[in-house]
Amino acid sequence: MSSYTRTSRKRPLSFYLLAGLTTLFLIYVYAPMACLYILSFQGPEGGMSFPMVGWSTHWFQTLFSGEGQGLGDVPSAFQRSIRLAACTAVLTLVISVTAGLAYRRKFPGSGAVFYAAIASMVLPGIFVGFGIALMFNLLGWQVNWFTSGIGAQLTWTLPFGLLIMFIVLGRFRSSYEEAAVDLGASASQRFRWVILPIILPGVIGIAMAGLTSSYEETARTSLNVGMGNTMPMEVMGLLNAASTPVLFAIGTLTTLISFSLIILSLVVVSQLAKRRSMRTNA
Amino acid sequence: MTLALKTETPPPAPAKPRQVTQSHRFDAELVAVTKRYGPGAPAVDNISLRIPRGSYCCLLGPSGCGKSTTLRMLAGHEEVSDGAILIHDQEITHAPPVARGTSMMFQDYALFPHLSALDNVAFSLKVQGVSRAERRAKAKEYLELVQMDHLAERLPSQMSGGQQQRVALARSLITRPKVLLLDEPLSALDPFLRIRMRAELKRIQKELGISFIHVTHSQDEALALADLVVVMNNAVIMQAGAAREVYETPSNAFVARFLGGHNVVQRAGGGEASVRADQCVIGARPGLRSLPGTVSMIEYQGTAVRVSVTGTDDEELTALMPTSAFFNDALELGQSVMLSWDPADEHPLA
Repeated sequence: MSSYTRTSRKRPLSFYLLAGLTTLFLIYVYAPMACLYILSFQGPEGGMSFPMVGWSTHWFQTLFSGEGQGLGDVPSAFQRSIRLAACTAVLTLVISVTAGLAYRRKFPGSGAVFYAAIASMVLPGIFVGFGIALMFNLLGWQVNWFTSGIGAQLTWTLPFGLLIMFIVLGRFRSSYEEAAVDLGASASQRFRWVILPIILPGVIGIAMAGLTSSYEETARTSLNVGMGNTMPMEVMGLLNAASTPVLFAIGTLTTLISFSLIILSLVVVSQLAKRRSMRTNA
Repeated sequence: MTLALKTETPPPAPAKPRQVTQSHRFDAELVAVTKRYGPGAPAVDNISLRIPRGSYCCLLGPSGCGKSTTLRMLAGHEEVSDGAILIHDQEITHAPPVARGTSMMFQDYALFPHLSALDNVAFSLKVQGVSRAERRAKAKEYLELVQMDHLAERLPSQMSGGQQQRVALARSLITRPKVLLLDEPLSALDPFLRIRMRAELKRIQKELGISFIHVTHSQDEALALADLVVVMNNAVIMQAGAAREVYETPSNAFVARFLGGHNVVQRAGGGEASVRADQCVIGARPGLRSLPGTVSMIEYQGTAVRVSVTGTDDEELTALMPTSAFFNDALELGQSVMLSWDPADEHPLA
């Protein structure tokens, strides 16, 4: 088939149009980011736009030393965000996996529960956040990162986690579990020895999605974290204050961290697969 | 393989427990079993069946006839709406799958993709808490039984369909089932392998002496394998009997047509009868009953030629002619012919 398409068929015009469109889109996505990364290496005298006034790692040093103008309180905001993201990721993972497993069989009201869970994805985030803050206020509770903060973020991460779980379970053949039942496995043995190992890559994916969407969420989070800013809030503040290229250094570092996390999780997943086949080829 | 069988044979001496295991009359018994999914027609409608000890039983029928549902009820993967199921004379209608003495081999084999062949086979022992060394040794024996011990460390994705099937068989057999349930076990294999594997299934069934209940939609498979052929259609059993009995004396038009190789004709005295296609000839002869028609299909099959004749009322009849007889006087499509048979070969249908 491939030789057929290679030799005897010319690509239609639409192929080139769509390829061009795709190229434009990729440029639109990555070119501004590239500018940002380059500008983060601006010389100490340089400003927030081109031209480059020399090259340096000055702004990274400013960032790490924690002093200098336009820095705000980035290190503690970062810490706060990571802590929040880690908690949210773990909760998203546990709740999504258990909720997804419940959907292996039909239960009364399963449709209603599903749509209610998914609907929170389309609710305007700022109002969800406002509503939660308002409710805490009415009840006389203090908003706090580990109560209202995590709760507000879960309204955003859980629907995604649940959807990923549905995709994962959609590829999980029900006969695996029936076979395990047939062989005498109890519910917990089935989960530990059959279901979880098979869906593990998807489960790691849910945790990663929880982590990244928590880290960059502001609409729901901002009114509910209590004392101190999270990273996106801090960066917004810095942007408004029209400060220095230290912002770009933050952007470059954040990108690096996100990519490292994604690459790390891919490595973990592929290592799992490799260890399996290495062990079995031994 | 021989080693495995040696270890499988119960130690000599105890006559008493042996009598206990031999006291049952049927390996499996269905008593007026019904399965309803909703308010409509039941998926399985009030069927009763007795499977004698050590039988190879095939549930045969078109898709949607209820054969798979019946098997899944035997396995305990489907609730029984009405009726009772017995294994070795013990009522197990609502018992959990593992407590029934059955083991099921799934159509897609359902081998756990993250476990090696050996670990798949050892799974039921792991569940019981058998030590690692012991369960691996035992699993190895069963892999030998299905001639897969040389690929013990392979993952399912590294095995062919036929190899996966052998591993699935070993994984079921290691639970020492009283009855092995097989859901279309050969349908995923290519035709060549299918014939080899079915011989092997029969061999293993004979060696173990337990009953196999095998769901299939292939007539050839059922006739080749089964001691007891159970033909199902529309949620009921149309006929159950020995392969030869079912083939030579189908009890109704459905069975005659579904098994193939039969013509269903109107009898002279009213009612229907079946005539085997290999007992039909082309051309009118004295003493034979004949029907006129035109040749609508000619299929060369190596040892014989299948000639289909479409009659005046659009009924299609088939004659299976020896090759030599056909080529002595070759027919052509569209030719007007008579299809004839000896009335003595007619088998009346209900």
